[in-house]
Amino acid sequence: MPDATKTQTEAVVDAIAAPSAADGHKEQGKPRSLWGDAWFDLRHRPMFWISSILLLLLLVIAAFPGLFTGADPRNGDLTNHFLTKPDLGHFFQADWFGYDGQGRSIYARVIYGTRASILVGVGVTAAVTLVGGLLGMLAGYFGGWLDSVISRITDIFFGIPFLLGAMVVLNAFTDRKVYVVILALAFLGWTSICRVMRASVITAKQADYVTAARALGAGTPRILFRHVLPNALAPTIVVATIALGGYISAEATLSFLGLGLADPTISWGIDIAEGSQAIRDNPHALLFPAGMLSLTVFAFIMLGDAVRDALDPKLR
Amino acid sequence: MTIMDKTADIPAPRAGGSNDAPLLEVRDLHVEFHTRDGVAKAVNGVNYSVDSGETLAVLGESGSGKSVTAQAIMGILDMPPGKIPQGQILYRGQDMLTMSYEERRKIRGQKIAMIFQDALSSLNPVLSVGYQLGEMFRVHQGLSKKQAKAKAIELMDRVKIPAAAQRVGDYPHQFSGGMRQRIMIAMAMALEPDLIIADEPTTALDVTVQAQVMDLLKELQTEFNMGLILITHDLGVVADVADKIAVMYAGRIVETAPVHELYKRPAHPYTRGLLDSIPRLDQKGQELYAIKGLPPNLLKIPAGCAFNPRCPKAEDICRTEIPVLVPVSEQDGSELPGRGSACHFWKETIHG
Amino acid sequence: MAELDKTDGSMDATPNVTEVVAVDATDETAAVAAIEAPVERGEPILQVRNLVKHFPLSQGILFKRQVGAVKAVDGVSFDLYQGETLGIVGESGCGKSTVARLLMALETATSGEVFYKGQDITRLSGRALKAVRRNIQMVFQDPYTSLNPRMTVGDIIGEPFDIHPEVAPKGDRRARVQELLDVVGLNPEYINRYPHQFSGGQRQRIGIARGLALNPEIIICDEPVSALDVSVQAQVINLMEKLQDEFNLSYVFIAHDLSIVRHISDRVGVMYLGKMAEIGTDAEIYDHPTHPYTQALLSAVPVPDPEARERGERIILTGDVPSPANPPSGCRFRTRCWKAQDKCSTELPLLAVPERFKGSDTPAAHESACHFAEEKDIVGAAS
Repeated sequence: MPDATKTQTEAVVDAIAAPSAADGHKEQGKPRSLWGDAWFDLRHRPMFWISSILLLLLLVIAAFPGLFTGADPRNGDLTNHFLTKPDLGHFFQADWFGYDGQGRSIYARVIYGTRASILVGVGVTAAVTLVGGLLGMLAGYFGGWLDSVISRITDIFFGIPFLLGAMVVLNAFTDRKVYVVILALAFLGWTSICRVMRASVITAKQADYVTAARALGAGTPRILFRHVLPNALAPTIVVATIALGGYISAEATLSFLGLGLADPTISWGIDIAEGSQAIRDNPHALLFPAGMLSLTVFAFIMLGDAVRDALDPKLR
Repeated sequence: MTIMDKTADIPAPRAGGSNDAPLLEVRDLHVEFHTRDGVAKAVNGVNYSVDSGETLAVLGESGSGKSVTAQAIMGILDMPPGKIPQGQILYRGQDMLTMSYEERRKIRGQKIAMIFQDALSSLNPVLSVGYQLGEMFRVHQGLSKKQAKAKAIELMDRVKIPAAAQRVGDYPHQFSGGMRQRIMIAMAMALEPDLIIADEPTTALDVTVQAQVMDLLKELQTEFNMGLILITHDLGVVADVADKIAVMYAGRIVETAPVHELYKRPAHPYTRGLLDSIPRLDQKGQELYAIKGLPPNLLKIPAGCAFNPRCPKAEDICRTEIPVLVPVSEQDGSELPGRGSACHFWKETIHG
Repeated sequence: MAELDKTDGSMDATPNVTEVVAVDATDETAAVAAIEAPVERGEPILQVRNLVKHFPLSQGILFKRQVGAVKAVDGVSFDLYQGETLGIVGESGCGKSTVARLLMALETATSGEVFYKGQDITRLSGRALKAVRRNIQMVFQDPYTSLNPRMTVGDIIGEPFDIHPEVAPKGDRRARVQELLDVVGLNPEYINRYPHQFSGGQRQRIGIARGLALNPEIIICDEPVSALDVSVQAQVINLMEKLQDEFNLSYVFIAHDLSIVRHISDRVGVMYLGKMAEIGTDAEIYDHPTHPYTQALLSAVPVPDPEARERGERIILTGDVPSPANPPSGCRFRTRCWKAQDKCSTELPLLAVPERFKGSDTPAAHESACHFAEEKDIVGAAS
């Protein structure tokens, strides 16, 4: 409950601000929705713009890697390029980041590896939000035995260590494509969204406007989708955005351990694993994929932070 | 009562402050809040003073600046977003705003204490009531645990909590709303302050309990000759306990008066409007008098008198010139002590 | 819903025999009183009979078992007539808000009936309940939480038409919403704005417009002005009185502010710990209260007149309201009453015209649930 944590002064500021927007018969004539207010807030945050531009770039790279490099990420040239050092002056060229132990362009590998990471991140987040959000919503809204059952299942899954669990599950698969990794991570990762959603649905359903809708004779679907859900969505969006970065690094970790994606899929995790074997003499083989991974995770977490601040100004 | 003995470690009034200075005096205080939409001017030049044994009621609606002023006195304003661009808060003649943090801290709690509206959130839920009461003595007077507990029981007796010795170990949630407010009062009283600021102390309580708490507060005030600033929106509570009243609107004091005078003959149209909008028996079945319009937007306080858009008496001068608080006199020119009104047409309002 | 209601008797592990008998009697007398009511009022539009709501207190995580019940409402009966305002006053925890929720069928009554035009709405569900909802609407206390912050004002006021499409054809709805905004004194152009762009008083007007949308006959108002500033309260009260005349509405007006209740109400009921202590016309209750609780309540209210204090005796009650989970035996008020005797702890006083006033036409002859009902000279609130 944000109200409970409000300080005296904040309460005063609220009281001051409350009628402020209202009495404008002439000024502020435009309707301002809460989402609109959040968007207004977001637009004034440099953090939001930096992370958005970064993420947009990453999305374009993921969708059209061919636009950024002409080099072949899969077939190496061991004879000419075995662990060649990077040439940082050669922008966007095959030897920009140097070559790896199999003579493949690291730049090309980093570019082509983006797709798998983004796919896993977005895919897991989408699946987790859908499943966790739905279960959390049902548990929170209907309560009773349904809530007990869903909550206990959530507790059980919560008890499984995320990475260890994913390793065990993935170990059962020999052909580990992107969708397998997505399903494995989503299978273990839905609990946090479920809990967040359940809590915010419980808060929202106790609001007077929900009672008002019931008093008007509104049915369950209307109450759920028009009143409860829109008011319970914000925390879920924040948690999902921040978690997205986490899923990307989880995928890299699993791939590093040989339990995530496997050749021929290109993944930063695999490259980090390979690069780490030659870290003393050829750190570049490790640094570039690792740097790209950190940058991506950082961008998502930063976006999540900006969204959280915009959606819930009281947390600031 | 030993616990009410004066503590000697408080700095005596320094050379700057004269002995006949009022207990607390607020001079031309301004407070503003910097928000996304602009600067909200919450307090715009407030002057008032309280003496020992006197009760000043500050009456106003939400956003009138009555609570913000109290928070500025206590030094509990969040800054930023709050800011005090000008003004003085004189405690026995010393300006608290220019004092060092340490000096100010000594006055706060020991000399000036505050009672809040919501007693439950003002008490720590994980510590027993006795511990929280005793803490004051352990920290400020260095008493032992046992002595502090005895003092806590004494205090709880003072505020008439039944079976104090048995309940001293109870936690805040085990007390009812009225009892919690008594504990808050006990806490404020613990170091025998000179001044208590009570911010809507009974608003959250039921009427039958309200009366008990107000009576207690009044009794303690008389006994220890304290000053009391009572902040409220309730015209009824004010009538019961106040000696003098300051009515606030949009961050200014619009009227001051001794309590009986104010109700009999208000000298500001806003006060008159407030009094008239209370339902009276002879108005049954008729429309209630209502002040038209809405309280002002503090980001955009109307030019001239802030009340002019809602005022039935407003004329051109009200829209251009800010009225200052002037002394109010009888029709024949004889003085009405303690009365003031910030209205261009106060004569018409009080005598008309 | 209907099945649940009947389980009440078995839920109460050790039913207090005297109490059960007494409650039945209350029911009867209330019914008799209703028949004896002045003819001019016509048929009651809402009849509440012995309404009970107990919230079970349970213990245990996996296997919940009931360890007691909060007796929020414990046998309340009253009538509401067409076009009148019935005020219900009482302190927090007296069950007045639960009564509102029961009248709206937002809670399932443990037992008792609420007849709307002869139909018991506590037993209704589904389509029949939805049809009744068109005629009974509610205005909430907190204008900040009773409007969905993510919907525009137009959507909020128009929602009743989405739920009951037969009331307004689709093409007319926007015009109807604008008309409603105009009726409650808001600019019809505000239709696309969001609730947070309005002040408390304006929001309460929006809530009233939503309540009016379906042309109800009864509006239950749960503390409709207590969250508003003093200067705005009067505006909203005036609006509500205007609307009552215009649409012939009946109000159940629940509040703790005694002077406002007196202003707007034709009859007033005083509740204490889930029971009705006293009920009568506004003059009977305010000028001739016979129940000690009513007397204490009236005298405790701070009067906005510093000289009023000298005019009568002031009663200050000791102690707090007991917990509704464990109310005192006999008369609920006896623990704080200065008149309490042994009889009060054993015998539940019935809500009826006191014996001594029966047959006389003094204003003191109204229903009061006290063994020792008598008038007392006190400081009057709102006089």
